Amino acid sequence: MAETNPAVENTSPGFYTEPGRHRGVAGWILSTDHKRIGLLYFGAILIFFLTAVSLGFLMRLELLTHGKTIVEPQTYNVMFTLHGIIMVFLFIIPGMPAVFGNFMLPLLIGAKDVFFPRLNLLSWWFFIIGGLLALISVFLPGGAADTGWTFYVPYSVRTSTNVIPALMAALILGFSSILTGLNFITTIHRMRAPGMDWFKMPLFVWSLYATAWIQVLATPIIGITLLLVAIERWFGVGIFDPARGGDPVLYQHLFWIYSHPAVYIMILPGMGIVSEILPVFARRTIFGYKYIAYSSLAIAGVGSLVWAHHMFTVGMSNTGMFIFSLLTFLVAIPSAIKIFNWIATLYKGSIVMDPALLFVLSFIVQFSIGGFTGLMLGALAVNIHVQDTYFVVGHFHYVMFGGAGFAMFGAMHYWFPKMFGRMYARKPAYLSWFLTTIGFNTLYFPFLVLGYMGMPRRYYDSLPEFQPLHTISTIGSWILVLGIIVMVVNLLVSIRRGARAPANPWGGKTLEWQVSSPPPAENFHTIPVVTHGPYDYGSHEPSVAEAR
Amino acid sequence: MNLQPLVVPGDSHAHRDDIGSRMGMWLFLFTELILFGGMFILYAVYRFSHFQEFQLAAKQLDTTVGTVNTLILLTSSLTVALSIVALREGRKGFSKALVAMTLVLALAFLMNKYFEWNHKFDAGIYPGSPDLLSQPDGVILYFGLYFVMTGLHALHVIIGAGVLGYMYWAIGQGIVRPDATVRLEAGGLYWHLVDIIWIFLFPLFYLLQ
Amino acid sequence: MDESQNTLSTGRSPAMTYGRYLLVWIGLVALTSLTVALAGIHLGRWVILTALTIASIKSTMVLFTFMHLRSEDRTFRVFVLVAVVTLGIFIVLTFFDYAFY
Repeated sequence: MAETNPAVENTSPGFYTEPGRHRGVAGWILSTDHKRIGLLYFGAILIFFLTAVSLGFLMRLELLTHGKTIVEPQTYNVMFTLHGIIMVFLFIIPGMPAVFGNFMLPLLIGAKDVFFPRLNLLSWWFFIIGGLLALISVFLPGGAADTGWTFYVPYSVRTSTNVIPALMAALILGFSSILTGLNFITTIHRMRAPGMDWFKMPLFVWSLYATAWIQVLATPIIGITLLLVAIERWFGVGIFDPARGGDPVLYQHLFWIYSHPAVYIMILPGMGIVSEILPVFARRTIFGYKYIAYSSLAIAGVGSLVWAHHMFTVGMSNTGMFIFSLLTFLVAIPSAIKIFNWIATLYKGSIVMDPALLFVLSFIVQFSIGGFTGLMLGALAVNIHVQDTYFVVGHFHYVMFGGAGFAMFGAMHYWFPKMFGRMYARKPAYLSWFLTTIGFNTLYFPFLVLGYMGMPRRYYDSLPEFQPLHTISTIGSWILVLGIIVMVVNLLVSIRRGARAPANPWGGKTLEWQVSSPPPAENFHTIPVVTHGPYDYGSHEPSVAEAR
Repeated sequence: MNLQPLVVPGDSHAHRDDIGSRMGMWLFLFTELILFGGMFILYAVYRFSHFQEFQLAAKQLDTTVGTVNTLILLTSSLTVALSIVALREGRKGFSKALVAMTLVLALAFLMNKYFEWNHKFDAGIYPGSPDLLSQPDGVILYFGLYFVMTGLHALHVIIGAGVLGYMYWAIGQGIVRPDATVRLEAGGLYWHLVDIIWIFLFPLFYLLQ
Repeated sequence: MDESQNTLSTGRSPAMTYGRYLLVWIGLVALTSLTVALAGIHLGRWVILTALTIASIKSTMVLFTFMHLRSEDRTFRVFVLVAVVTLGIFIVLTFFDYAFY
């Protein structure tokens, strides 16, 4: 695809030894190098993820037996609130764009950094401040918010727990997300290497572009909405509180106008990652490149029109409900197009069962289950029965965790050599894939059944007839957590002890594999000139990697 | 056709891309637009469902003050736009004077707002006041939106004034120069957005009767 | 830096003069007077539509002249359209809940 730099060093420590203006710790936390910032996000996000996983683990433990198992009901409410806030705002939304977008985007388009490097650093600082604020709110007098991560009014206006710090944290995190999106849009428009027109961009870049637009246009709505709740708490202004003339359903509209597109912020980069990994390990050009690119934009666009499907049971007008149900069905189409194209890419490929590919395969199955259950939820008649039950919880864990989460696991393995200059140990990686996949499905498939049977969500306890499935589910959580521990330990140890990685261990065709592992501080000594598309497997000219 | 930035191979700091810089500012302006847009959604819904009460409440606002403020902001947009022309021509002193005028107009706007709000507070109309809460729902909502929207707008006037204050200083320091005006342009863009938001706020709150 | 490079990096040929800006300002003041005058007439249901129309015209004038949208890359105009349409869609779709049964 590009002219290879013949002076690629396979054993250079790359950007790790070229810090820029500052040394030591300051050389990291004050760095404007997109690669260092990506790693800073990685470290922080990993900590937040493990915190939220622990909360989930404890929640499942509470539900292992009837009645109180380990905590009181109020604590349980706080736990699911925090679990949601951390997972949504501190893990999945920032996750792939902030870690892999930051690290890889400039490399993928042949640039030396993003357009606004200092703004990039500011994004990270806002992320850290917001995260700390959210965690501190747990320890302030009054205790952490117990409203659920959705902060529905009027309860969020009336409860005496620390809602305002949580709201402020979400606001600051939203700002971090906005700045990242703004940066990526400008970078993609202005900094592509010569010869890389829009349809020679890697698909991960397309997905980051679509995601960035959602970040810029949707996030401000949650900003103003949460700010208004805070103002209502502080000053007693009548905005949403029905006691002062407000409309709590209007709060939900505004909340979901952002929070639904937010789930596309979560999944689109994951889908982009799947599109990157599949061609490499199927040794085939991706099937339907243009359709996958367009579908990313379509998902971002149509996905902004469906928000009220979270509100089918609150008393909306029939007309409103019909329209949102219809639009919800439409948004499944571009997602389905991707699935068909991915499977077509695998078909008759020379498949290499690498751990990264295995995570992608889990993604495809799990995301499909999540997608189907989403369609079921989009049907009004079904929704009446399963809204606010475990069915919804199962659905969104299948798409957000089984989908986006597993895509992130795949990316962690796929780009590990590039980011750290080391290879991870393969056997533990296979084991972690096996445990996480088995554990995940054992944990969450029962949710779909439980919800259908009528088990409500966010309940501290349940009826005896639900207990067997709860028990199976909790055992699944143990397997899943074990798998996560194996994965994290394996990767952390491999950073130190793994074999040195070559520039292109997997035979990838995109630009990041043309520089050393890890890359030098300025990425490319000379900006490459792009002449081919990004996934030229089985093309007439031999690829540079194969010719070597 | 997309104009490509000047690229000097091998030296990532040599090329300057004003189009990209402005693109970043425009994207930021979109976020501000949507931020206020959320409140416009609120206004639209509440006005639709409390039409008469909104009309009633609007009578308590002074159209003259609103109109004067609108003219002040429109003029301030003119002065900041002219300051860029002046700087491009190399007339740094004139450019600074125009920026200063913009700041003076901003201050006038804020003072008007201050007196307006004070007047309301004296009349017992403020968020959470017993007088206000005893009114019909639509009136409470109208004033809630009034204080929050004009308040948030005023905050943006202050921020914009701060940005322009920095520009005034930067012109003097030569950081913003006749051949490098993009920072002043970005500051101007922000200011114009603040003006546009008011262009919509004005009729929605002051011209209902 | 020669003129062509200057155009390249700023992306714009200088077309706005003091006079042009002043004309636009006069137009804006005139439209403001118009909208105030119209508010005095009993238009009933048309109040909001006329007010928003005039406000939109004023904003478009500010966008295209003061904010140089007319002389920027076409990309910028597409961006503005996307942002405005997005906000419009949010409002319209919300109204499907409130304007119907």
